[in-house]
Amino acid sequence: MDPSIILHSGIATGTVLLFATIGELLCERSGILNLGVEGMMLMGAMSGFGVAVSTGSPWLGLLVAMLVAGLVSLLHGFVTIHLQADQVVSGLSLTFLGTGLSLIFGEGLSKAGTISLLPSFGIPLLAQVPFFGPILFDNHNVLVYLGYLFTPLVWFYMNRTRPGLHLRAVGEHPAAADALGIHVYRLRYFYVCVGGLLAGLAGATISLAVSPGWFSEMTTSGQGWIAVGLVIFAQWNPLRAAVGAYTFGALRRLILDLQGPTSLLGVRNPFFYNPYLGFFLQMVPYAFTVIVLILGSREAARKRIGAPAALGLPYVREERG
Amino acid sequence: MSTATVRKRRIRIPYRIAMEPRLEPVPAWMPPLVSLAAVAAALAVGAVILVLVGGNPFSTYAHIARASFGSLGVFSDTLVKATPIILVGLACSLAFRMRLWNIGAEGQFMIGAFGASTVVLAPLLPESTPRPLMLLAMIVAGTAAGALWGLIPGVLKAKLNVNEIITTLMLNYIAISWNYFFIFAVWSEGGFEMSRVFPRNAWLPRLADYAQQVPLFRGLTTHLGLVFGILAAVLVWFVIYRSRWGYEIRLIGDNPRAAQYAGIPIVRNTILVMMFSGGLAGLAGVSEISGVVHRFQGTISPGYGFTGIIVAWLAKLNPLAVVVVSLLFGSLILAGREIQPSGIPKLIQGIILFAVIASDVLLRYRIRLSHVQEA
Amino acid sequence: MQGELCPAIEMRGIVKRFPGVVAVDYVDLTVHAGEIHALLGENGAGKSTLMNVLAGLYRPDAGQITVCGHRADLRSPRDAIDLGIGMVHQHFMLVQSQTVTENILLGLDEPRFFLRLAAYHQRVARLGERFGLHVDPRARIWQLCVGEQQRVEILKMLYRGTDVLIMDEPTAVLAPPEIEELFRTLRSMTREGKSVIFISHKLREVMQVADRVTVLRKGRVTAAGLDKDATSAEELARLMVGRSVLFRVEKAAQKPGQVVLAVDDIHADNDKGLPALRGLSLQVRAGEVLGLAGIAGNGQRELAEVITGLRPATSGRIMIQGQKIENGRTLTAIQRGVSHVPEDRTEVGSAPNLSLTDNLIMKHYRREPIAQGWAISQAAANAWAGDLKQAYDIVAPSIDVPARLLSGGNLQRLILAREIATQPRLLVAVQPTRGLDVGAIEDVQRLLLAQRESGAAILLISEELDELFALSDRVAVIYEGQIAGEMQTEDREAVGLMMTGERRQKRRSEGQ
Repeated sequence: MDPSIILHSGIATGTVLLFATIGELLCERSGILNLGVEGMMLMGAMSGFGVAVSTGSPWLGLLVAMLVAGLVSLLHGFVTIHLQADQVVSGLSLTFLGTGLSLIFGEGLSKAGTISLLPSFGIPLLAQVPFFGPILFDNHNVLVYLGYLFTPLVWFYMNRTRPGLHLRAVGEHPAAADALGIHVYRLRYFYVCVGGLLAGLAGATISLAVSPGWFSEMTTSGQGWIAVGLVIFAQWNPLRAAVGAYTFGALRRLILDLQGPTSLLGVRNPFFYNPYLGFFLQMVPYAFTVIVLILGSREAARKRIGAPAALGLPYVREERG
Repeated sequence: MSTATVRKRRIRIPYRIAMEPRLEPVPAWMPPLVSLAAVAAALAVGAVILVLVGGNPFSTYAHIARASFGSLGVFSDTLVKATPIILVGLACSLAFRMRLWNIGAEGQFMIGAFGASTVVLAPLLPESTPRPLMLLAMIVAGTAAGALWGLIPGVLKAKLNVNEIITTLMLNYIAISWNYFFIFAVWSEGGFEMSRVFPRNAWLPRLADYAQQVPLFRGLTTHLGLVFGILAAVLVWFVIYRSRWGYEIRLIGDNPRAAQYAGIPIVRNTILVMMFSGGLAGLAGVSEISGVVHRFQGTISPGYGFTGIIVAWLAKLNPLAVVVVSLLFGSLILAGREIQPSGIPKLIQGIILFAVIASDVLLRYRIRLSHVQEA
Repeated sequence: MQGELCPAIEMRGIVKRFPGVVAVDYVDLTVHAGEIHALLGENGAGKSTLMNVLAGLYRPDAGQITVCGHRADLRSPRDAIDLGIGMVHQHFMLVQSQTVTENILLGLDEPRFFLRLAAYHQRVARLGERFGLHVDPRARIWQLCVGEQQRVEILKMLYRGTDVLIMDEPTAVLAPPEIEELFRTLRSMTREGKSVIFISHKLREVMQVADRVTVLRKGRVTAAGLDKDATSAEELARLMVGRSVLFRVEKAAQKPGQVVLAVDDIHADNDKGLPALRGLSLQVRAGEVLGLAGIAGNGQRELAEVITGLRPATSGRIMIQGQKIENGRTLTAIQRGVSHVPEDRTEVGSAPNLSLTDNLIMKHYRREPIAQGWAISQAAANAWAGDLKQAYDIVAPSIDVPARLLSGGNLQRLILAREIATQPRLLVAVQPTRGLDVGAIEDVQRLLLAQRESGAAILLISEELDELFALSDRVAVIYEGQIAGEMQTEDREAVGLMMTGERRQKRRSEGQ
């Protein structure tokens, strides 16, 4: 139960949630709610692993994972943007679809053998920094380092660039954006696809880096849903999303480690002597998500800011004179 | 201001596809027809995917039909599978009427099964309890447990505006873990993932029990739960369409601000509807545990909770239609157990749901090809 | 700069159809450079639609547009803006959470990628000074008042080098002095050679500010490019509606009865948590109409909500017929005979996908014979709805159609039918004639006066001073959450000053 190991592992696991959360965050900022993250992650995990197994290249697997998830999410985009269907139900359909497809095409994949993983390494100078160095910069998968860069880049993109301004406008007041010549539909399709791409990346991060392999639905075990909850906690801000994601990652590792030692803080470790109590530990991430949601909702109510104003509402150019 | 801008001669197609909102209400035969067409389209897409994976769609679909409706025996099995779906479908349709997205029917189902099992296994009642009393206690305990599982997200949503999609979903996972603990650690039979078999007085009566009087019933496992389902459907229908409470629910679901303006309490109704919804799903769990499985174990639901969502949507939230649609899905699940790969039923469910919501656009808009002229 | 060679805008033969209606029916319009051209017509005449075509938001089904002699193909708002045509809509198109500068920069190609706002803040400020439109570029839209938001909208267009500015009902949200200021700004723009197309249904203002007037009625032009000096208000009214308009509704003198509504020192907050009502008191008696004038955002909405129980007051009392109403309990208000015709017909006043019947029984379903214990008697509900539909002339195929299919006028008739049918003691009507055509407006006003005659107390909150003076027995002015004064005579100037806080009457003692 070494805190540095927990944090280290937490960073790795948290990177999965980071990609998924930020993907959904971007999608929601454009005004589209996509509840299909879990399905997209599974598709990413399955196709990434599958391609890596058959071609031997994890990089190719990564690429395919992102493409597949991005393409399938366009279906949700079409139904919600052009056909103006209810976004909640469409997202659920996407989850079923993604889960079903990944289970079908992933049949037998779990026994397909091992793959070469995406490379892990340490960064020379930074890894020597006392305490934080080994946790953050040593022996991590390349995707983890990608995650470090990703968060501030997305923040900068959203808040300090022109396309970011357009993104925020489309999610807050699509009519205003439309009247000024911004292509609302096109942008929304784009960000739905981006959300899918990132969910696929998150899935591939699991199956190609963090917990390599394919374990059907257990591969993600609900992390896609946790990501959706984290977006609310993050108040649609990528920096907060990162905090939430890494915290969750650490939590998962902590739960695992709690069951290991025979004594905890000098007291008999109940989880060691009664492994069935571990089931209660399994509940923790989910219960924690609920708590995080409660906190996030209360804060939103207090500060009177919250979701992008047009989130979940289909945009129709008012054609009724 | 820009002076003369010479525009490039673009090739202009003088036609335009427009989606115009419908101005009159659609004729009554249209919604079911559209749903039917959506299902047909979905099955077609499913067939294509089956071909891609190397299966034979025709034999698969024929197999499904035969395996579900081919004989009295299998029809009875279909009814058995449909029973929990009816109840869960009703639970979802009730909640959806008020735009409460209860995605936690699966967890409420599980907790309902737990509640019923506790009566037998704890035990809360002695084994010698007469059957009607035992069953009644199980029903009450299971339904209450499900209602509690619906109450929690209901209160969170009503008082704190916490997104109920996520909370109900998280409670799914929590319910599963909760059940597993009791299955493995407390009531396990011989260390396996199941409890001992329930005594006979904790079994819901089945048609097969009356094979002596009616030889036709021999081997038919349709149980009393089906009656619960149909009664519940009628009850929910009355509530929604003929009661004051149902009117309030429909009003809140359509426009919460107008409901407030009409003096209807939203907080109270949110909690009540979630409880009612959870209770129905819990009852489904009781029905399954006591009518089919007869022991408390881990795998009691092949995703009934999620099927209920699709059924509710396909039935357009009409309780009587829910019964009919549940039969269809019961057959899918029944046959799905034998279909490889195992993701097919879920895939077909997803495609059907997509097809249904996509086809809904036809009910709201008219697609028109119009000619554009420029003078 | 007037009398330039080319007319700035020329629209020929424009047709725009929507399902079920021809909104614009072969309309020609010519606008010169450097003029304020008014587009006059009642609600639903097609003015906004025509301008939406010009602004590139709608594609016409037929016709062509020429900008300064060159054929224009407007396929999107971008095209219109590139040609120098910009529109300020009736409902502002501003992103509330972003700053003024960000809103102005939205949709532009420059800055290319990186937003370096500091330089742009300065540019915006300079532009504002040039045209007398002062606003803080760093402020977020939700922090601005309505008049300032309108300035942002105008700046948005000027920043893009607009030469033809279309303004859709710009004075609806302004107080009289602010209207003067707007007109001054428009004049300074035309002096620089820009054109302004001024959409309005208010004759008085059109006569005040326009150079030339085009009148639309039911999608057709009834008068094109009339010189303002060559016509009169009466003639314009006739061209607008097709008959001479009754400027004054018949209102019999009546002695008011008992006090029905007593608002006593009410304090309440708005949605942002800021105080909206700061110790407001007023009284309305049976058989009288109390009109409440004021610029939007001074607490009218919150007052209506507090009285009808939709919003809790933080202190103070509301009494209906001498009985205190429980704070924030809508049901109590309804049961005590308070009816509410809300400002927002579709978002608050009706359930769009439910049938007319369901909408009509909304206030009445708890009473017999519609309520039968726990159940609702569909037969009784249908009978009730059918009677109301006939009595109030609600045009619809049947009582089972969803309410969203009703036109604005019919929806308002439905709401009035529902609220009046309960025989209220107090009727709170907020902007009841907004967006309606003249025929519907007259119906609504007649219904309100009929209620007055049968002894109901009416609180009429409206932005139309004409309407207030015509219908009310007394007119009170609300400013910053308090009553700034009360008049019984039609003194527009005094009211105008009170509306902007320039003047305040001393509080009269109660019982007068």
